[in-house]
Amino acid sequence: MEKKWVELSWEEKREERFKRWLSPDVKFASPEAENLYKERVTRFIKAIKLEEADRVPVMLPVEFYPAYYAGGNLKKVMYDYDELKRAWLKFMHDFDMDSFIAPSLVFPGPVMDMIDYKLEKWPGHGLADDAPIYQFIEGEYMPPEEYDALITDPADYLQRYFLPRSVGAFSAFKKLSPITPFVAIPVWYISQFGDPEIRQAYQTLLDAGQECMKWMAVVGEVSQAGLEAGYPNIWGGMSGAPFDMIGDMLRGTRGIMMDMFQRPDKLHEAMARLVPIAINEAVSSANASGCPIIFMPLHKGTGGFMSNQQFETFYWPSFKKVLMGLVSEGLVPMPFAEGNYQPRLEIIRDMPRSSMIWWFEQMDMAKAKEILGDNACIAGNLPVSVLCTGTPEEVKKRCRQLIETCAPGGGYMLTAAAYMDIGNPDNLRAMMEAAKEYGVY
Amino acid sequence: MSGDFANLLADLKEDEVLKLTKERIESGEDPMKILEDSREGMGIVGKRFADGEYFLPELVFSGELLKQVTELVKPHLTQAVETKRLGTIVLGTVAGDIHDIGLNIVDFMLDVNGFEVHNLGVDVPKEKFVDKVKETKAPIVGLSGFLTPAFDAMKETVEAMEKAGLRKDIKIMIGGGQMDDEVKKYAGADAFGKDAMAAVALAKQWVGAS
Repeated sequence: MEKKWVELSWEEKREERFKRWLSPDVKFASPEAENLYKERVTRFIKAIKLEEADRVPVMLPVEFYPAYYAGGNLKKVMYDYDELKRAWLKFMHDFDMDSFIAPSLVFPGPVMDMIDYKLEKWPGHGLADDAPIYQFIEGEYMPPEEYDALITDPADYLQRYFLPRSVGAFSAFKKLSPITPFVAIPVWYISQFGDPEIRQAYQTLLDAGQECMKWMAVVGEVSQAGLEAGYPNIWGGMSGAPFDMIGDMLRGTRGIMMDMFQRPDKLHEAMARLVPIAINEAVSSANASGCPIIFMPLHKGTGGFMSNQQFETFYWPSFKKVLMGLVSEGLVPMPFAEGNYQPRLEIIRDMPRSSMIWWFEQMDMAKAKEILGDNACIAGNLPVSVLCTGTPEEVKKRCRQLIETCAPGGGYMLTAAAYMDIGNPDNLRAMMEAAKEYGVY
Repeated sequence: MSGDFANLLADLKEDEVLKLTKERIESGEDPMKILEDSREGMGIVGKRFADGEYFLPELVFSGELLKQVTELVKPHLTQAVETKRLGTIVLGTVAGDIHDIGLNIVDFMLDVNGFEVHNLGVDVPKEKFVDKVKETKAPIVGLSGFLTPAFDAMKETVEAMEKAGLRKDIKIMIGGGQMDDEVKKYAGADAFGKDAMAAVALAKQWVGAS
């Protein structure tokens, strides 16, 4: 008899997810596309398992670049979904790649405007029209007195405290009564939805949701086209570290660092509360996308920001719980360790062998290979400065060095230290060439 | 006594520092002396940061302590605070970029190492850098940036200095996120510093204080 999902080991669950990733629910454009698709996914899977594949896999460091490459810019594709589709498909047709990511992080401009989103600046909205990326506006959106409210009921906190502050159109949500009433007499709870301001906020939410559907249809179409053409998705979902969730969105850098001294217990309690939330969201995205890799951008645990002791006290324990939660569901966490994680190498080794991918920014990759290489797949870290301002020859040379350092024995993915937002397309092509020329096992 | 105060501040003993500040004010001591001791304490914090003993949380927290001490002392000051400075530096995150964590660390470290820092904040237009350099006659400019668009913004800021006829009189350092020697060349700056300690070393070297 077949075992139930909950009875499977993490490795067995992962095999199931890998099988699904290898055989997506699409009709491939050609038998060749299907073969290439399977070859590419196998290349990634082997790297994750710390085995030698046919060659080193490449994650082209591309996020919004297709918008620029297709002759437009981020603003244009945020506000014009047809152009969004055209740009991404053009990029897909013009490049040889091991993976392709649909533009699910190109937020729909009309929705951002409708809701008056306050946590980002985007092109034409706080940034120049031709700005190639967004910028996150950090702040103290949660004062320290509200830790208890967050800990008691994160969903209630999100709805009645955080959303009214972070989204202009939802400011009336602050008038709502607790969303989880104990005294379950529905009319009292329902009556608040008669309030004109609350009604208006919900109406905007409904309208924004409808607008999102148009955008999502296009993203879905592009994603499907990528799979049909034989390019695997390597972004099954997103998650992060509880310390960053609180530091980035709620308390701000200054706030959370004060909390480390002034209210460490509350901070720990709140982080513990966010662990299952971070896991569940990623599991649900991966179930929908069919790709088991979970992208996790990391911010405030970097080497320059805190000591190893602070990292081990405040950052790593709850983050490791998230990682283990994802792994035990058969997913493959891929933290993007922004900044310098070199001091952390010994600490982050403490995970089951071959359970994840570490993507590094500033890092002596020889050290990473030496300390972490027998434990986890590593990825990185061609400097973006070279990618954006250098020549294809320089790019190729630097990729060769990375491959020679990191590839032996398997467990390496070639990519950059961050994304290339604008620049010479031949520099991206040079990365693929380098993998094919120097990365063959 | 004063050494104790500086050390308590450097050790981040919040309650003791504030208690002692109040006692010293009440005893009629010259408030300038308290500020001098605070400065000494912050110097120790800076040194511990440079030595890798302290990190950003300690800088943030010590900054908060200093703010509280200053607020207690301020009503009792009879003269303006004057500190001898090694030199003047204009600092800011270039246009189009709003990141400030690294910028503020550099500001902190330059300040505790004796420089007068004019921190213009984030998303600073090139004209504002030019105006501030003209106004302060600062011989050093620090450009911070985290994201790739900062490559061009830095280049344009350096060119603006050139156009304004200031370039020959100033040294320009860059730092942050994706910056490195490649970007230094691209932008036409004089040096790239990989962290706040490098910024201090460069600044000292440029004013002949190292």
